[in-house]
Amino acid sequence: MTPMSKKVGQISLENIQANGTDVETYTLRLFVTGVLPNSRRAVVNIKKICEEYLKDRYELDIVDIYQQPELALTENIIAVPMLIKKFPLPEIRLIGDLSDTESVLEGLNLI
Amino acid sequence: MPRVIKSKSSDAKFPKSPTGIQGLDDIINGGLPKNRPTLLLGNTGCGKTIMAMGFLVNGITMYNEPGVFMAFEENTGELEVNVKSLGYDLATYIEENNLYLEHVEINRDEIGETGKYSIEGLFVRLERAIDMVKAKRVVLDSLDALFYGLDYVTLRSEFQRLFSWLKQKKVTAIITAEIGNNFLTRHGVEEYVADCVIVLDHRLTNQIATRRIRIVKYRGANHGNNEYPFRIDENGVTVFPLITKILEQKSSSKRISSGIKDLDFMLGKKGFYVGSSILMSGTAGTGKTSAATSFAYNVCSDNNRCLFCAFEEAPNQVLRNMRSIGLDLTPFIKSGLLGFYYSRPTLQNLELHFINIKKIIEEMKPDVVILDPITNLMTEGPNSDIRSMLARFVDYLKIEQITVFFTAAITVGSIERNPSDEGISSMVDTWIMVQDIEVEEARVRSLCIMKSRGMVHSHQVREFNISNKGITLSPIIREHKKSTPSSKRNLLENENLSTTKKTTEFKETAR
Repeated sequence: MTPMSKKVGQISLENIQANGTDVETYTLRLFVTGVLPNSRRAVVNIKKICEEYLKDRYELDIVDIYQQPELALTENIIAVPMLIKKFPLPEIRLIGDLSDTESVLEGLNLI
Repeated sequence: MPRVIKSKSSDAKFPKSPTGIQGLDDIINGGLPKNRPTLLLGNTGCGKTIMAMGFLVNGITMYNEPGVFMAFEENTGELEVNVKSLGYDLATYIEENNLYLEHVEINRDEIGETGKYSIEGLFVRLERAIDMVKAKRVVLDSLDALFYGLDYVTLRSEFQRLFSWLKQKKVTAIITAEIGNNFLTRHGVEEYVADCVIVLDHRLTNQIATRRIRIVKYRGANHGNNEYPFRIDENGVTVFPLITKILEQKSSSKRISSGIKDLDFMLGKKGFYVGSSILMSGTAGTGKTSAATSFAYNVCSDNNRCLFCAFEEAPNQVLRNMRSIGLDLTPFIKSGLLGFYYSRPTLQNLELHFINIKKIIEEMKPDVVILDPITNLMTEGPNSDIRSMLARFVDYLKIEQITVFFTAAITVGSIERNPSDEGISSMVDTWIMVQDIEVEEARVRSLCIMKSRGMVHSHQVREFNISNKGITLSPIIREHKKSTPSSKRNLLENENLSTTKKTTEFKETAR
């Protein structure tokens, strides 16, 4: 996770300098639990949405909290799947399998 | 008898996890269902968090079972501070890796729903926590916080999953939740998810706040059905139960002197039974406190311990008054044989009095307890309450083999039929009545034994004399039978009123 967070820092600096919405790179983190149905669907859905609406301007990190339970604590995860938009600010949290595309786009401020 | 057999068999079937909370284990026959979840319900501020924490801390300190506390409402720092006043030093347990606290924060504002989900994240965190300290006990405090954050339908099914997951993990869990307007009582989740449901309550009766606990459900096991008062203080939580083990009471055939030689004589020449209960009732000014003190004096003279609970007079006043009848109790207080508990009945309610007294008894381990007078406590609530409370207390003392002597003040005119008196007299072993009677236009104190279980006793009404030489009982003298009207009675009266100085003078003249 450490290289990831570094990247977040860099991106934020670049964006402040660029100061334009269209060039913003999205930093997304999806928390899942193994291959449970909801989690599997969420992974498929977010990848599809990212490719469709954020092509070439997103960083997607998929975290399996079965493998890294301490991240569930640090990110305060209860409901799973959980998508956190780390950047651009403000941080947004979306729960569910992301099948309601409209809600996801709304939540990510893409429509 | 059959009830006892039944409870024993059910105890064997269901393993229990003792809470270590004083009194609570008595009403749930040994503890919470082991490796199963228990729901602890109640309104805000009724002591859920503290009771749950007591369960964990006792698990660590008394049963060597590490615990996990998942706090949904308070953060861990607040929690540590809040329970510190109860003597729970969480930091130590955390350091020893026996306790793990985690704050689960729920913030509705930043969450949007996009489809199906579960609360698997909570499970992951719980599992991590349980593995960290190898927990045997888990507390989730409180579930309602989850409901404010997440949608109801999902949560309801997730709770069922949570409860069965906890069973699989083989942990004894307490899950707290608010009662009243919440989902649990409205939708009856507790009906099927928990093996044990306990409700706490904090309410005002006669302007006195009492905390009460009730076991609503205990699957497959006996439990007390009543509401039991409990208190929270610097020693944690104490529940004051109706002792259910009455059959385990031992009955001693040993005797203890009443401290009044003549009274011993009336009681089969030997006095009270050890571990029995004695009631002395009478109107005001009939010498009940004097008789009680005389008993206390005698107990202490025999090098036994006595606890004197004074509800009417302050200890110093009792000491001063008793010196006037030749009983100096001060040395016994200094040597620790005599303990005083003094409290105005209005300061606390009855249950709390008994809980306080019980605590002192446990520390002091007296052979005799004196309650003077018990009627002052009765101004505190409806009679039935008092009676059951007193019955519990007497039962407790019997199990501990402590002799209890209580006095009861009754009003003139209701001597024969005093309802509260009747209620009490049925639960005592020996009932002594003192009253003023008129003999030859003079007020005479009289004493008679109304009943005394298991011994031959006198049925006579005796004159009850209190003088600076102590208490004596004598046959009532009807003066008109005598030729001289001036009298033994007048002499006695003079003697009673005379000070010590006068007595010595009298002796000197006699020489």
